[in-house]
Amino acid sequence: MNAIEVSQLTVAYENTTVLHDINLHVPVGKLTGIIGPNGAGKSTLIKAILNQLPNKTGKVEILGQALNPKNNLVGYVPQRNAVDWDFPTNALDVVLMGRFGHIGLFHRPSAKDREKALNCLKSVGMEEFANRSIGQLSGGQQQRVFLARALAQEAEVYFMDEPFVGVDAATERTIINILKQLKEKGKTVLVVHHDLQTVRDYFDWTVLLNKTIISSGPTNITFTEEKLQQTYGGKLFFMNEKNNKAVTERGSLSAIR
Amino acid sequence: MLSGNLLWVLVGASLLGIASGLNGAFAFLQKQSLVGDAAAHSALPGIAIAFLIFQQKDLPLLMLGAIITATLSVYLIQGIINRSKLKSDAAIGIVLSVFFGIGIVLLTIVNQSSSGNQSGLNDFIFGKAATMARSDLVWLSGSVTLIITTCLVFYKEWKLMIFDATFAKGIGLPVERLRLLLTAMTVLTIVTGIQAVGVILMSAMLIIPAATARMWSDKLNIMIIMSALFGAFSGACGTLISSLKTGLSTGPIIVLTASSLFLVSYFFSPKQGLLVKIRQRRQLEKQALEQEVQGS
Repeated sequence: MNAIEVSQLTVAYENTTVLHDINLHVPVGKLTGIIGPNGAGKSTLIKAILNQLPNKTGKVEILGQALNPKNNLVGYVPQRNAVDWDFPTNALDVVLMGRFGHIGLFHRPSAKDREKALNCLKSVGMEEFANRSIGQLSGGQQQRVFLARALAQEAEVYFMDEPFVGVDAATERTIINILKQLKEKGKTVLVVHHDLQTVRDYFDWTVLLNKTIISSGPTNITFTEEKLQQTYGGKLFFMNEKNNKAVTERGSLSAIR
Repeated sequence: MLSGNLLWVLVGASLLGIASGLNGAFAFLQKQSLVGDAAAHSALPGIAIAFLIFQQKDLPLLMLGAIITATLSVYLIQGIINRSKLKSDAAIGIVLSVFFGIGIVLLTIVNQSSSGNQSGLNDFIFGKAATMARSDLVWLSGSVTLIITTCLVFYKEWKLMIFDATFAKGIGLPVERLRLLLTAMTVLTIVTGIQAVGVILMSAMLIIPAATARMWSDKLNIMIIMSALFGAFSGACGTLISSLKTGLSTGPIIVLTASSLFLVSYFFSPKQGLLVKIRQRRQLEKQALEQEVQGS
């Protein structure tokens, strides 16, 4: 069974088509990178799969069934700047929000929920910051809190929108280790990613996207120079042919062979 | 001594303060305070129209008129934002002034009519808590109870919706309906408060206690409790002072009380107060200086 199955997905804002005829499947247990240039619709793809957008057509199945928030199959890490970090709350409280789907409307979190939330904070190395106001956390710490909240959801399929943007190297290592642990537990993870250099190390499944799917499959088959050129068009410049280094429009340096 | 009626009015104003402090905290965090301001100003034409139709100053009827035009103003603001390139500040500015302008025109017509010149509708502009009759207080407590209960029941859901609506939607919360409920409660708070505080200054009751409370706590539960207390204190003080000094409207006194609390907090609150920040900066400079001396 596939963790994610998308067929004929199209998203349009007013007159512009953002995503066109997306057909995509990701098998269970894959750590997947979604790669593509700015404006390729990577975040839109995640939001469309999660049914967050009004103007979409097509079919999406998660683990063989239509998306239903009630069965708590899906965990989500939005972009860090999607929320107001001045909101009056602390790290543990944010992680507890990951339990709300299990707690249900109008019920208060139990001691067990708190314990689970604290454990999730611990697994991202943030337990000592449990009572810290979120506004006082660094960017990397905020991203870890977001990841801990997703872990608290105890989902099967995780979607993460650029979790590595603006974080320190230690945080990036912590995050990727946790994602690999999730994969070992048989969970499926989809990550919107920018840094071409780390794609091979991080992901065993890669989706190349530019308004539509350019290629999708195991990383060693999909992540090739030819297909990257196709995805990035003229925006991918080859700086040094001998070392096969490429610079994307974001300026990240990467070896692609 | 407190006369019997004044005591009731004080209780009413304090309850109103609690409701607007609680609801205001959520509206403030949702960055909806100014929509509340527009809704408050837009209640005026509704009051005047209700009076012109029914020819009596029956509070439930006037409140109904106020609810209708205040709600209409919120929809218009949203409509302008959705269907034009205008941002919320312009949309709010346009709707607020148009509705208030219509309200003033209608009020003039009311005042010129034979039944209207004694109506006392003018008190709705700046508020006169003392004009509240016992029967008005029954209405007020009913609506205040509804607002407070809603804020407490939906605490967890509103918190998540305001902090991260996308995530809330993802776990199946009915975000649109929750948002609508918050707006509806804001309109109800405003309509409940305009008799005592007046349409012009009612939004201050939503904004100032919440903003003051935010300076004292980084935890939402403590913040909303403090916001409610600040609201109650301002409401009670304002009512008391305005009824002692005859001729002063309630609204301005309530706002002055609330803003005094705000000023004190701005300078002295332990988390974000100006004095604490200055002291922290001094300490950092001192430490840096000492390190420099040791290093050399």
